[in-house]
Amino acid sequence: MSISLKHISKSYGDLKAVDDISFEVKEGELFGLIGPDGAGKTTLFRILTTLLIADKGEATVAGYDVVKDYIDIRNHVGYMPGRFSLYQDLTVEENLEFFATIFGTTIEENYELIEDIYIQIEPFKDRRAGKLSGGMKQKLALCCALIHKPKVLFLDEPTTGVDPVSRKEFWEMLKRLQQKGITILVSTPYMDEAALCDRIALIQDGKILEIDTPKEIVKHYPKKIYDIRTDDMYKLILNLKEYEYNYAVHPFGEFVHYTDKRDSFDPDELIQFLESKKQKNIIIQQTETTIEDAFMELAK
Amino acid sequence: MKTIGYIIQKEFKQIFRNKAMLPIIFVLPIIQLIILSSAATFEVKNIAFSFVDHDRTSFSRELINKFEASTFFNVITEFPSEKIASSAMLKGEVDVILEIPQYFERDLLKNRKTNLLVIINAIDGAAAGVENVYINQIVRSFNINAQTDLMQASDKKNIPKNIISIPSFWYNKTLNYKTFMVPGILVILVTMITLFLSGMNIVREKEIGTLEQMNVTPIKKHQFIIGKLFPFWVLGMVLLTVGLIIARVLFNVPMVGSLALMYLYTSVYILVILGMGLFISNFTDTQQQAMFIAWFFVVIFILMSGLFTPIESMPEWAQFLTEFNPVKYYVEVMRMVMLKGSSFIDILPQFLKTSIYAIIMNGLAVWSYKKTN
Repeated sequence: MSISLKHISKSYGDLKAVDDISFEVKEGELFGLIGPDGAGKTTLFRILTTLLIADKGEATVAGYDVVKDYIDIRNHVGYMPGRFSLYQDLTVEENLEFFATIFGTTIEENYELIEDIYIQIEPFKDRRAGKLSGGMKQKLALCCALIHKPKVLFLDEPTTGVDPVSRKEFWEMLKRLQQKGITILVSTPYMDEAALCDRIALIQDGKILEIDTPKEIVKHYPKKIYDIRTDDMYKLILNLKEYEYNYAVHPFGEFVHYTDKRDSFDPDELIQFLESKKQKNIIIQQTETTIEDAFMELAK
Repeated sequence: MKTIGYIIQKEFKQIFRNKAMLPIIFVLPIIQLIILSSAATFEVKNIAFSFVDHDRTSFSRELINKFEASTFFNVITEFPSEKIASSAMLKGEVDVILEIPQYFERDLLKNRKTNLLVIINAIDGAAAGVENVYINQIVRSFNINAQTDLMQASDKKNIPKNIISIPSFWYNKTLNYKTFMVPGILVILVTMITLFLSGMNIVREKEIGTLEQMNVTPIKKHQFIIGKLFPFWVLGMVLLTVGLIIARVLFNVPMVGSLALMYLYTSVYILVILGMGLFISNFTDTQQQAMFIAWFFVVIFILMSGLFTPIESMPEWAQFLTEFNPVKYYVEVMRMVMLKGSSFIDILPQFLKTSIYAIIMNGLAVWSYKKTN
């Protein structure tokens, strides 16, 4: 096991940030922690990267205990905090060199690991890190977290505040790193990114709701989901909530995701109901369950 | 060692890249030293003097002439009545009112005795005291002259013998206040800059989040701390050098003692200040907080250092408190070595206390600096 947590709890005063969490991440796995803001993802990361000591429970990373062997862990993990935290007044190259040096290595030694990421920011290597765009900063931070060839990589919300194209690129990079044998634990509030992980843990209010592969988690969702849209989306949500057979109503992009209580649901009935509410241009179509729907169901 | 060297290198790069900080570090202290040393004077000069002469005789005029001749008094104004004079003092136009009563000359000649009314603006008590001494000196010398003029030959032998004392001022022969102030202000500048910069520096890493990134690296506590603080130790020494050059070239302050001794003491002293800066940064989360706390200590240290007010005149409990003020020792040492040429043995007590202070302060700072919460 690359990462293992047993009954980890951590409170800040009365607030239970992490409550009795146990899970394991296999070697070379891309594992996702999915949950809303304040679910306890960052606390979990800080415990695993030895920045925080848990109140209860045990955890190991790459075979080292997070409390006893913290020095070994620091040598063998890469951590990319949610907030960009490199030296803004040093250039791209200087940052990379600095982190290489304090890990007792050189850029050349592990260049092959970062090559395809670094190549993209190399044209800006003399630019100060503070002057880079969001996506570039992310890439530089990833390079710095990888420069000592870590066994385990921790990425805390790496794509928050990054544009969709860079996000997509970023996940492609993670996939390639995974192929090089690096275990990756990544957290994200974006449910669409969850589908890209090998396994995910849905986490809310410091508790794990479910751990499984994205496919299995979606399968567990008990009902069929329908995309609905009309001209007046706001009113549509209100109308659907009034509908006596509604099971779940969530806005989802340009549609509303609707689930019905009954097993034999006839969309025409719903259309009639909506028309009686003076809705126009009603579209109803069945759709695939997403992780977001599963999460909403579990978080109920 | 290599890691420490690299952190130091990084730190210097950042200092020299900070376009706003560089002038603050070097130019401001120099300007402060030049301006403060010339302005922070305790001499009471340019006293706005006024008088109300009800007598208008040769005697009263002679007394006023004496004031006019004095270098301490200027802007001599005459007021027709005491009332107008008082309102002028209320407006702050005059500092001193001398009221010469009617029959001043007559009483002096006849009764050999008369009164003068002196009103002094005593909002600044210390200055008022000094002004009083000046006025008394002038009146006394007038008195002696007047006596001699009035005496008959037969009375001559009854003149009281005056004892004249001629002081010899050691270590600052000309009573030049700059000689006294420059070493002190230099001390303040070295203290302020190093404390502020070191206090804010680690907090800054906290603020921008780099500290968290550093904490997951295998860097050791001592490597990081030494690497972060050493550049400011160097800066402190550079500031001392610049300040000493200004003191010598611009203010012509004598440097009787050994330069090496000043540097030796300063090198230990800066350790105290850096320890304090680190300690402050351990207990604050933003540069703003660190700045406020650093200010709090700096103000207390300065006011209780004996730089502006003699420690001997403080109440006993305050004198006791100054024992814990590193700035006090530094001011003492700089003045002793620069002006008196004190040797290492002379400053040994201060040196030992400062060394102990440095050990305790840095011990506390390192102890309270945590990599893991």
